[in-house]
Amino acid sequence: MDPLSQERAPVLEALNRYKAMRVVPFDVPGHKRGKGNRELTDFLGERCLTVDVNSMKPLDNLCHPVSVIKEAEALAADAFGARHAFFMVNGTTSAVQSMVMTACKRGEKIIMPRNVHRSAINALVLSGAVPVYVNPGMNRQLGISLGMSLDDVAQAIHENPDAKAVLINNPTYYGVCSNLKAITELAHRHGMLVLVDEAHGTHFYFSDKTPPSAMSVGADMAAVSMHKSGGSLTQSSLLLVNNQVSEGYVRQIINLTQTTSGSYLLISSLDISRRNLALRGEAIFQKVIDLAQYAREEINKIGGYYAFSKELINGDTIYDFDVTKLSIHTLDIGLAGIEVYDILRDDYDIQIEFGDIGNVLAYVSIGDRVLELERLVSALSEIKRRYAKDKTGMLSQEYIRPTVVLPPQEAFYAASEPVPLEQGLGRICSEFVMCYPPGIPILAPGEEITPAVLEYIQYAKEKGCFLTGTQDSAVNKVQIIKE
Amino acid sequence: MELWFTEKHTDDVNFSIKVDRQLYTGQSDFQRIDVFDSPEFGRFLTLDGYMMLTEKDEFIYHEMIVHVPMMVHPDVRTVLVIGGGDGGAVRELVRYPGVEHIDLVEIDPQVVAVCRKYLPQTACRLDDPRVAIHYEDGLKFVRTCENAYDLIIVDSTDPFGPGEGLFTKEFYGNCFKALRAEGLMVNQQESPFYPKDAIAMQRAHKRIVESFPISRVYQAHIPTYPSGHWLFGFASKRWHPITDFNRQRWTDLGFDTRYYNSSIHTGAFALPNYVKKLLEDVE
Repeated sequence: MDPLSQERAPVLEALNRYKAMRVVPFDVPGHKRGKGNRELTDFLGERCLTVDVNSMKPLDNLCHPVSVIKEAEALAADAFGARHAFFMVNGTTSAVQSMVMTACKRGEKIIMPRNVHRSAINALVLSGAVPVYVNPGMNRQLGISLGMSLDDVAQAIHENPDAKAVLINNPTYYGVCSNLKAITELAHRHGMLVLVDEAHGTHFYFSDKTPPSAMSVGADMAAVSMHKSGGSLTQSSLLLVNNQVSEGYVRQIINLTQTTSGSYLLISSLDISRRNLALRGEAIFQKVIDLAQYAREEINKIGGYYAFSKELINGDTIYDFDVTKLSIHTLDIGLAGIEVYDILRDDYDIQIEFGDIGNVLAYVSIGDRVLELERLVSALSEIKRRYAKDKTGMLSQEYIRPTVVLPPQEAFYAASEPVPLEQGLGRICSEFVMCYPPGIPILAPGEEITPAVLEYIQYAKEKGCFLTGTQDSAVNKVQIIKE
Repeated sequence: MELWFTEKHTDDVNFSIKVDRQLYTGQSDFQRIDVFDSPEFGRFLTLDGYMMLTEKDEFIYHEMIVHVPMMVHPDVRTVLVIGGGDGGAVRELVRYPGVEHIDLVEIDPQVVAVCRKYLPQTACRLDDPRVAIHYEDGLKFVRTCENAYDLIIVDSTDPFGPGEGLFTKEFYGNCFKALRAEGLMVNQQESPFYPKDAIAMQRAHKRIVESFPISRVYQAHIPTYPSGHWLFGFASKRWHPITDFNRQRWTDLGFDTRYYNSSIHTGAFALPNYVKKLLEDVE
């Protein structure tokens, strides 16, 4: 069979055919094309509800695609240069988990940086795989964690020749990229799989002005958040596989945890967005790059803020930088990133992606116009005029090297008890503590609660970070392993 | 044949003007621009289908947005007009010999070109040597100005479309910074009457109150704007719109105006109770 043209959108076409058939539904969902839930239909629109349908022969089945979803996945694979692409409807979280669980069974080792998203460490809790953490590089001035150094990965591989895989977070939330190609080649020489959390890198597949994508350097698997820069609906994502990874086995792993009622709203959004990217992606991301670059220059003209970019590249832990990311260092105006984030929302009705101890990230996409960027830049200028203060006494580092005592799964399931945070000092934590966003754990299950960790958590709370992960919803108590 | 221009003032209220002929239609980078001739209102300009000005009633708007602040601040030399590509505000400003420089910042060059060609009644003084026209986003222009103007006139479109950045807190804050220590700002502030306009009016008022020590609202009757009842914001660092109003100066100037006079000046700040309530709710 000849591959379909990228102009096609098989799931979209099938849904349109299905609508034209005016089939009488005696199947789920029970809202019956919206007629049974008028309020929801009024809110979301009838066109939306009429395609919120169940798997059926004309529309294929996400758990075991044989027709239109299979074709749509093949088109996605082709567009992304992968051997196979899986449509994911449980978020990139489930794509990351499926990668880890495909590569590692219980007790097997996986090399990864510690500044990963919680989904990766969650996968270790689920699978029982054991992490070998590589400390990411640090930029002391900005206080941000970077990519993994090639030497550090080589060292980890040397010390753990039995590891099954290397997981790379590329790019980081801030846009920092590791030397993906060299790490991939190194891992392959030692018979390890290369898994890439590419949640923030969908656009790498459609622009020659961004760092290289995972598939292009020969990585084995990649989790791609189509709903971030790709424009699909929230929670839809792609899992790409390459090389010798078995499509059938990965499908089984995905089906362990993914819903059997895959939403056609999500599936069709992946299909439509893939077509859009394949046909127009290069022009789209050129515009995004231009917008971000314009905003960076304007913000840097204000003074006090530092919107950073490729000048940080150091040949190793910042091997490359994603110029679509508008990351801004705020500490020099005496405000934590989270404070700028809050002021932007509360005073200026501007919602940005996240703010942490020293930086904010404004997410720029194809949906933006220069008008909105002018508002952001002007608001930042106003915040400096109205709120700037001395920066003495401000914490600057967002990454604390963890002291890992137990593997995540063992720690998570160990007998534990809640204690007030400060009383946890020196004990082993059995749960996550993190600011969300960005969702990078400050503490993961099995790590020791050190003075630096406690200080960081207290400071993050004071500054207004939204802390999550603990059983205690107020995050005053933390679960520690009973001794 | 009957040809009518209709603007929806609300979902349930239409405002229509009988049109003699359409003189111009064009799509700029920012908006659709149309010019019509009408028997009742003369020539009129619409942007994205919204009424901007008619030859018959534009004097009310332009006199009120210029002479009110000019009669409060004793010594206006430099003025920034944001929006106002039709030239009406500039026309009133250049009547003052004390005004040394006017920066007109209009985002859409096509609006100015169309007005120059079809609406000389307002655009007639855009070539005054004191006027510099900048085709730029007002929000961006004012961001880089500090302590530079005695008066800022925000002659914007509605708070949706290209004018939306001019109703934001960051914009009013930037204006505060761009004004001198005794500077003041006036802005067109929508109508209090229909709820959708009233919400925009309240939001603007709230943000101005947060940015300036003195903030008052005044009104005028403009027949072709929704409900006809229109508001202007008056925001100031030092001068009060009534106690610092110089009645004698206006008399001495001897300007011929059709709407503004010294009684209107003070009277315009007397607001209906329902409008006062709307403003107090956000102060």
